[in-house]
Amino acid sequence: MAAIDLTGDNRRTDKVNVLVKWVFFGCASVTVLTTLAIIGVLVNGAVSFFFEASIVERLAGQRWNQVITFREFFFGTEWSPVIQPRSFGVLPLMWGTMMIVVGSAVVALPVGTATAIYLSEYADTRVRKILKPTLEILAGIPTIVYGFFAISFITPLLQQVFPQTGTFNAAAGAIVVGIMIIPMVSSLSEDAMSAVPDELRNAAYGLGATKYEVSTQVVLPASVSGITASYILAISRAIGETMAVTLAAGMQPTITGNPLVEIQTMTAYMVQIGTGDVSVGSIGYQSLFAVGLTLFVMTLAMNLLSQVVKERYEEEYR
Amino acid sequence: MSTENPFDGIADDIARKRRIGRVFVAICFASTLVGIVALVALIADVLYESWGWVTIEFLTYPPSRFIESYQPGGRGAGIYPALVGSIFLIILTAIFTMFLGVGAAIYLEEYAPDNRLTAFIEANIANLAGVPSIVYGLLGLAIFVRAIGLGASLIAGALTLTLLILPIVIVSSQEALGAVPDTQRQAAYGMGATQWEVIRDIVLPRALPGIMTGTILSLSRAIGETAPILMVGAATSMFTAPYSLTGPFSAMPMQIFDWARLPQAEFQHVAAAGIVVLLTVLLLMNAVAIYIRNRYDPR
Repeated sequence: MAAIDLTGDNRRTDKVNVLVKWVFFGCASVTVLTTLAIIGVLVNGAVSFFFEASIVERLAGQRWNQVITFREFFFGTEWSPVIQPRSFGVLPLMWGTMMIVVGSAVVALPVGTATAIYLSEYADTRVRKILKPTLEILAGIPTIVYGFFAISFITPLLQQVFPQTGTFNAAAGAIVVGIMIIPMVSSLSEDAMSAVPDELRNAAYGLGATKYEVSTQVVLPASVSGITASYILAISRAIGETMAVTLAAGMQPTITGNPLVEIQTMTAYMVQIGTGDVSVGSIGYQSLFAVGLTLFVMTLAMNLLSQVVKERYEEEYR
Repeated sequence: MSTENPFDGIADDIARKRRIGRVFVAICFASTLVGIVALVALIADVLYESWGWVTIEFLTYPPSRFIESYQPGGRGAGIYPALVGSIFLIILTAIFTMFLGVGAAIYLEEYAPDNRLTAFIEANIANLAGVPSIVYGLLGLAIFVRAIGLGASLIAGALTLTLLILPIVIVSSQEALGAVPDTQRQAAYGMGATQWEVIRDIVLPRALPGIMTGTILSLSRAIGETAPILMVGAATSMFTAPYSLTGPFSAMPMQIFDWARLPQAEFQHVAAAGIVVLLTVLLLMNAVAIYIRNRYDPR
């Protein structure tokens, strides 16, 4: 019987181990490359939009020639990049996005917070086990379905109350986006409220507080960082929401205070250009990236802010 | 002799507080119902609008511009190319994400040293998860469609969706890998296994159900995404199923979008029928994910 060779050559297995590690590292670095690519693509496209030449062409020796001023882009009040007379003021699109954000926040923030209080403080375990997953179904429904719901249900409903409501209107868009982000607010806020230790509640009860007082004067202040973070994330989601607002709110860039008329958000504009036939180098194609970069910066700022709020103001209970 | 009762009026005070408390609970409970009612209304609306429009023909025929074709006794029209397109898209996305997502999760859980590079990668993944899906569409359009030259193809769509769901797949796979008890790793090392052998033979098999569940749930998000594939250039009306990786494609959400924005009122019913098919596929994927979790998860 031959002895098993325990002192054999291990170099091959060592090599496999190192190779495998690098392959997995490669997979992880794809995420970093994705971020770099997103920033690169958006900045490069936006530079072409403003300066008529991309960064690459600039490096090849082409001169800067600013055709669209930042002043016109950020402060102009007309957006018509493709149809003559051309005008490149992004404000109407930002205004449209802001109408959706404010409207959906009015729906989702109070409702989501109250839902979180009910689930965390009042509902018994059995009820919570049914209600929570049911609410989370809302978060899993594709946004295109919300868009359909808005035009086939909410807009007709609005038209019965306010007959002057347009076929496409900001209100219907804001309401469905609000419904869409309720679970985000309620489940993140509930996590924050559940993390408040029972000792705090019991101490308040010991002082004679009612359940209402405990909920609003102990639990809410103690979990305010988590709740704020959930608000900011929900708003960030509303800014980037695309299909529901495209279907519900329309394609007409306008600065208006009337929620019952057609508007256009930044995302809806991108869909409008995306569904058309865009040739590379056309102003329509380049404007996608200028608007996309604006959108990306806004959502990134909100996401970072939510992390800062959560980390900076989080009470540690240990 | 009459002493003044110091607790006079407290009973009223308590009664008032009780009333406020009851009103408050009622408000909170009503708010909880807002979400539930909205969900029920949404599903009821879709079912009502689609009633009678989801037929066998709807599943097996290409779309048509004529509403008569969709009706019973018509020539037959439906969602077939988009349904097949969505299935192909999801299979391709599944292959790419399984490889990249699980690989990245293994690196971060098993290999990554506790340094600033690792912290940066993890923070970056968290931020990627918050990037709007339409921005991924722009990325796909500029990189896969134009720069690499894949065109508005099935594979460009799948790669874009892969990047979109990669952060979620990585995080859920990391959780599954982290849940494998360390004692099992130590036992295998004690037997003389190398790190790769430990991962391949001990950690991965234990973590696989959790990884599968997370991946399928992420894929069910990808199948409902419209904006990224729209920017990549998915066709609004394809009359044949996609025939090659680099050929044009349509997908269910894209087709539904196309129907929903047509002005003729009858097409709302067709869009609703499309939504029923999409939601059914979603429901099936979620059911599979839950089944795998309950059946195989040791916890």
